[in-house]
Amino acid sequence: MRSQLNKIGLKIKPGTLVKPQVTIPALPICNLGAVANMVHKCGGEAFITGTPQDLYRAQRIILAGVGAFDAGMRALEEGGWLKPLNDIAKRGQVPIHGICLGMQLMCRRSEEGVLPGLGWFDADVKRIILPPGSRLKVPHMGWNTLNIHSANALLSSKSDEQRFYFVHSYHVVCDDSVDVVASTTHGVDLTAAISRGHLYGTQFHPEKSHRFGMALIQNLLEL
Amino acid sequence: MLKHRVIPALLLRNGGLVKTKKFKVPKYVGDPINAIRIFNDKEVDELMVLDITASKERREPNYALIEEFAGECFMPLTYGGGVISVEQAERIFSLGVEKICLQTAALANPKLVTKLAERFGSQSVVVSVDVKRNWLGKPQVYGSAQGKALAESWLLMAQRLVNAGAGEVLLNAVDRDGTLDGPDLELVREAGAALSVPLIAVGGVASLSDIKALVDSGASAVAAGAFFVFHGPHRAVLITYPRYHELEALFANGIT
Repeated sequence: MRSQLNKIGLKIKPGTLVKPQVTIPALPICNLGAVANMVHKCGGEAFITGTPQDLYRAQRIILAGVGAFDAGMRALEEGGWLKPLNDIAKRGQVPIHGICLGMQLMCRRSEEGVLPGLGWFDADVKRIILPPGSRLKVPHMGWNTLNIHSANALLSSKSDEQRFYFVHSYHVVCDDSVDVVASTTHGVDLTAAISRGHLYGTQFHPEKSHRFGMALIQNLLEL
Repeated sequence: MLKHRVIPALLLRNGGLVKTKKFKVPKYVGDPINAIRIFNDKEVDELMVLDITASKERREPNYALIEEFAGECFMPLTYGGGVISVEQAERIFSLGVEKICLQTAALANPKLVTKLAERFGSQSVVVSVDVKRNWLGKPQVYGSAQGKALAESWLLMAQRLVNAGAGEVLLNAVDRDGTLDGPDLELVREAGAALSVPLIAVGGVASLSDIKALVDSGASAVAAGAFFVFHGPHRAVLITYPRYHELEALFANGIT
């Protein structure tokens, strides 16, 4: 354990065990319990906080969210999270991982709402439109496989099939395909994961995706 | 390509796991936490835990137990039983549960479906519609809290609850529950064609080919109880779940 921790660059005193910590803003729109459970399962410590200032001391941040876009942006604004999040994103040192709605909030805007997003990615969020005559349904709900475009620190492009749990009716459309790490197919191609610098987004829920999600969260803990 | 979900549905009674037959004669099948751990190891697509006596006894959900379940579930978890308010739902979601399944409360108060959908998104609200055929074979909604058939058409009721905000419908063929007699495909065909949201079919599944038949009839997902907890003609308790490659082969063509 100690040597593993040393490998990921944490300073530890002899005799103490330091777990890599993930700070999770306690937004009223997110499924905190599930994310925290997965972080613990992966050997990390989930620090759930209602204090925006705590983000400045974070080693890494998960922005988890379910629900509607405007409700998410309103929760960020009313809770005082916007400034610290924007500061940290701009500094580009601390990894921030947006999950599901959390990833969509990192974009400029969404067809689901009227409020501006965080705008960290040059991307808009659009309603999923299925091809005419498709028997598929929206939301895109269930397990789907990824097409990895370019592996990043969270998602490896190993040859084994990786499957993840998705639940969403809107999807992220990036201006620049370089930001797209992986896509998935549900009648049409949908962006499944994005990244730029220290910013990561996954449309799927790693916290609910068995060993596939566990591997991803473990990778986040090693950043 | 999106996979069809195959979902173990576990019934909770007095903190223990039971399996019913046609909604009656609950047989104790074991400790829920143990079962959930096994299902987690087997990498099931999703899990449903339904407390079948909470509403009948007008009891609060057992939050401590739900929290324990969520701590063991690294797949989506649906909880149902005794939820009658937004506050209760919020507490359950915060424990790490993805979806809440409503029945008794949705029938008594469809506004609760709407409130939950507005607050947490319709993807997190499942309504359960229990359908029982009368002696003429006519399907009717069975109110399990009342213990009798209700007057409203089952399909209209399902549509009404979808319009109220439900994101999924759990269609339960009461006559097939726990029988391992095969599913009621006709019900699923009707519901699949009429509903705009994903349909989870449950009741009667005894084999992989039953699962396939339900999907071919229009179910987005298939849930089963007895099929995953009983083994052999004497209904010995043994928790099983198909291997991933078996399910892959079963649904070789995915949803098109």
